[in-house]
Amino acid sequence: MRRIIVYFLALALIGVGVAWAITMPRPLSDDALSGHTGDAARGEAVFNAAGCAACHMAPKAEDDARLVLAGGQRFPSPFGTFVAPNISPDPEHGIGGWGAADLANAMLRGVSPEGAHYYPVFPYTSYAKMRPEDAVDLHAYLQTLSPTQQENAPHEVGFPFNIRRLLGGWKTLFLNDDWVLETADTEEIARGRYLVEALGHCAECHTPRDALGVLQRDQWLAGAANPTGDGRIPGISPDKLDWNAQDIAYYLQSGLTPEYDSAGGHMVAVIDNISRLPDSDRAAIAAYLKALP
Amino acid sequence: MKRIFATTALAVALSFGAGISTAQDAAIEARQNLMQLQAFNLGQLGAMAKGEMPYDAEQAQVAADNLVALARLDQSAMWPEGSDSFATDKTRAKPAIWDNFSDLMEKDQALVEAAVAMQEIAGTDLDALRGRMEQVGKACGACHEDYREPKN
Repeated sequence: MRRIIVYFLALALIGVGVAWAITMPRPLSDDALSGHTGDAARGEAVFNAAGCAACHMAPKAEDDARLVLAGGQRFPSPFGTFVAPNISPDPEHGIGGWGAADLANAMLRGVSPEGAHYYPVFPYTSYAKMRPEDAVDLHAYLQTLSPTQQENAPHEVGFPFNIRRLLGGWKTLFLNDDWVLETADTEEIARGRYLVEALGHCAECHTPRDALGVLQRDQWLAGAANPTGDGRIPGISPDKLDWNAQDIAYYLQSGLTPEYDSAGGHMVAVIDNISRLPDSDRAAIAAYLKALP
Repeated sequence: MKRIFATTALAVALSFGAGISTAQDAAIEARQNLMQLQAFNLGQLGAMAKGEMPYDAEQAQVAADNLVALARLDQSAMWPEGSDSFATDKTRAKPAIWDNFSDLMEKDQALVEAAVAMQEIAGTDLDALRGRMEQVGKACGACHEDYREPKN
């Protein structure tokens, strides 16, 4: 009898140990940044490609206020409502106290400087594919923006999703940095793949999710329910979107469709960022979309 | 007698309801047609901006003049309260429009300004035309960002 109890205790202990290991935060290795020094000018291009302002500027911010990353925009989802945090360089309310490695861990691994998991509403599931040097450059750029003392509002997330440690298990199962388009035949397509799959995080809205919120890679960019519950996000895979490459690039520059209708909803903010990239980047995005099977 | 009265009342109520929806439908159709006309004229300029059509100064000027005239049309009767996406699936206009009507008017004014900026250079300068297309696109998007439902 005693033996059985010991046996079960040992088993339980192993179970706890495994669960602990599975849900552990996994920051980047110390040499991942390999002594790269941040370049703010390059970081600005990363900032626009990654669309940071679209979610982290204050609700309805326009013009110069776009660069005050006060947070406060609300993102409803089937798991609860998330509120974007202040990522301005204020040391107390924002991320002014972060080093470049902290930002890289947040973006590529979804781990906070304190070692907590972020919710994947912050699209580290896409940023996982970005080059760590780009995070270092972005860090240098973010430091140049105006600080604000805007307080962070808590997420409105119920049990069990409010247990952040559980996200560790989710990440172990679903976070990976494999390209969906495995081979990029040209430099341009490779650049487009980087912009769409990593920095631009297009799939986060344009690809459907399963019940656990995991992107369905076999329906890549095929369109999805709007997470707000309001209508649909259109598909942009070749079988769903028949625009030619020039039309796609022009839409990302001007917000105008080939029928001269305009972008609407959150895509307006996306285009506000993408339109600041060089022409070659918009052409690369179009080339990537056309190269999808 | 009572029944006839009730039936008549119902019939009147129904036809009144239908009358409202017809008037609203007409308003919805009118504003959609107006946006079609804007898109058509913008399309002439866009085709030149994209290089799909050779630049034709005269044609560009006509399209820009039209765009200004269309943007300046008084649309007040085309947006009756209740002609929104909750009432009918003929429109994607969000009810929020009528909570923020002054904001909508400001954004409409920005379209007029963008169209006038286009008109100033459309007949003389293709490069400037390209830049001002983006301004017009932005003005269109400003309303569609907050006040238009996504497609289903």
